[in-house]
Amino acid sequence: MVTLVLGIFITLLIASAPSIKSLGLSFFWGKTWNPVQNVFGAYPFLVGTLLTSFLALIISIPFSIAMAVFLGEYFPKGAFSNFIKSTIDLIAAVPSVIFGFWGFFVLVPIVREFQTKVGIMPNGVGIFSAALVLAIMIIPYAASLGTTMIKMVSSDLKEGAYALGATRWEVLKNIILPYSKSGLFAGILLSLGRAIGETMAVTMVIGNANFLPDSIFSPGNTMASVIANEFTEADHPLYLSALIEMGLFLFLVTFVINLIGKRIIKSATKNN
Amino acid sequence: MKNNLQYRIAKTKGMQMFTILMAFLCVVPLILILIYIIKAGLGAINWNFIINIPKPVGEMGGGIANALLGTLIIIITATVIAVPIGIMSGIYLSEQKKGKLAYWVSMCVDILQGVPSIVIGIIAYFWLVRPLGGFSAFSGSIALAIMMLPIIIRSTEETLKLLPNSLKEAGYALGMPFHRVILKVIIPCGFSGIISGVMLSVARVAGETAPLLFTAFGNPFIETHLGKPMQSLPLLIFNYATSSYKDWQNLAWGASLVLLVLVLSLNLITKFLTRKWKVQL
Repeated sequence: MVTLVLGIFITLLIASAPSIKSLGLSFFWGKTWNPVQNVFGAYPFLVGTLLTSFLALIISIPFSIAMAVFLGEYFPKGAFSNFIKSTIDLIAAVPSVIFGFWGFFVLVPIVREFQTKVGIMPNGVGIFSAALVLAIMIIPYAASLGTTMIKMVSSDLKEGAYALGATRWEVLKNIILPYSKSGLFAGILLSLGRAIGETMAVTMVIGNANFLPDSIFSPGNTMASVIANEFTEADHPLYLSALIEMGLFLFLVTFVINLIGKRIIKSATKNN
Repeated sequence: MKNNLQYRIAKTKGMQMFTILMAFLCVVPLILILIYIIKAGLGAINWNFIINIPKPVGEMGGGIANALLGTLIIIITATVIAVPIGIMSGIYLSEQKKGKLAYWVSMCVDILQGVPSIVIGIIAYFWLVRPLGGFSAFSGSIALAIMMLPIIIRSTEETLKLLPNSLKEAGYALGMPFHRVILKVIIPCGFSGIISGVMLSVARVAGETAPLLFTAFGNPFIETHLGKPMQSLPLLIFNYATSSYKDWQNLAWGASLVLLVLVLSLNLITKFLTRKWKVQL
């Protein structure tokens, strides 16, 4: 396993060496991506990736925390919570390509209508649609981890607060949430890692435009979707290695996010 | 009057309603997706849809036989590759809890679990497609196998950790060597958990598209040779959904329904079995 992960890292590094060598750090700051003239700047995709994932995160946080509270505190067992829990698990199981397909034919027209009403370019596809689809996809990850963390809050503490006359919401706000804060944060962090690496659903609804997005409604591109779209067309070695350098970047970012997330979970579970 | 009792009770009730409402809203998308895909997909599915290969644009009919067969072959190959490695690593991790190597392996499993699927696709491209000189189903299987490994390892490890130590010790007391304890005591006892993990990993990779884009690549005809490009359901959905022809989109809806039913039923079966066998995943 260690060799496998090391091998992945080294392969990515070697394969992206030409682009690292010739483009250097300017790779991430260059604003134009023009494979025909061999100009590679990944800045638009960096922005696209960050915008979509953080937007998705912001949309999903209230839902995932509410879900975690719902399953962890209000209805920890029973047929009703089993139903909700199974549904959440099933959302996590739906293939991302189906999310993208559904998003393209159902969500995008809705977004387009909304855009016409507000009076901006009715693209439909774009950063916002991608973030919506992503938000639906990542809720289960944060929610299921959050549920476990909330369930772990010891009942002594809760009962103590109840005995002092606290209402349920006060117990939740002052005891449970502060206590499981780090666990909830880890869940959100891991779902961010998911969102950054997600490819297919984003590719299908983001519009695949290789320029810097000027608003959250304009079409754009993320790193993962650029790789998916252009990898097989990359005819120039520099082109290919520029794409792989983005892969390397994705690998490193998710690597760090996962490591931190798992650390937090481990220390949170050890304390209890 | 912030400390008014009635105010506090009302707030509690209000927040509870709010939480329940939010939780319900999470369930809505799945139901919407299910309804939409069943509605769009049912029209496309009939017997010909299962046994035919896709027709060119303009011709009626056509099916997804090549993709069904391809998915089946690619996933079975991936499972055959991933299961032995995964189970052995899982056993290792559960037996060697403390140790430098175990620590590193465990960390690498965590990392591997988080690697974006598209990066796995790039890796398989460089390890197999380049050296072998062409897209092949086998490279796709390898990519999927890499994605299955962390799930199998984790579930095996978690299952085996729950087994009581006395089982193993009883085996040793009877004079059994280490490998026989593993094969005859540990694995049979943890079998249900291991199988659930394998099924879960199959369900997880069955819908993966990104790693197959530059490995299995896709193929409009029936192909059973592992060394050739092969179609798979998610690839077919991606390619035909993004085309602008109505016929092809309908084909993709049908394929989506098939894939969805496949993946969700695998998940439900696993869930049912884990509940029946009372294993923790």
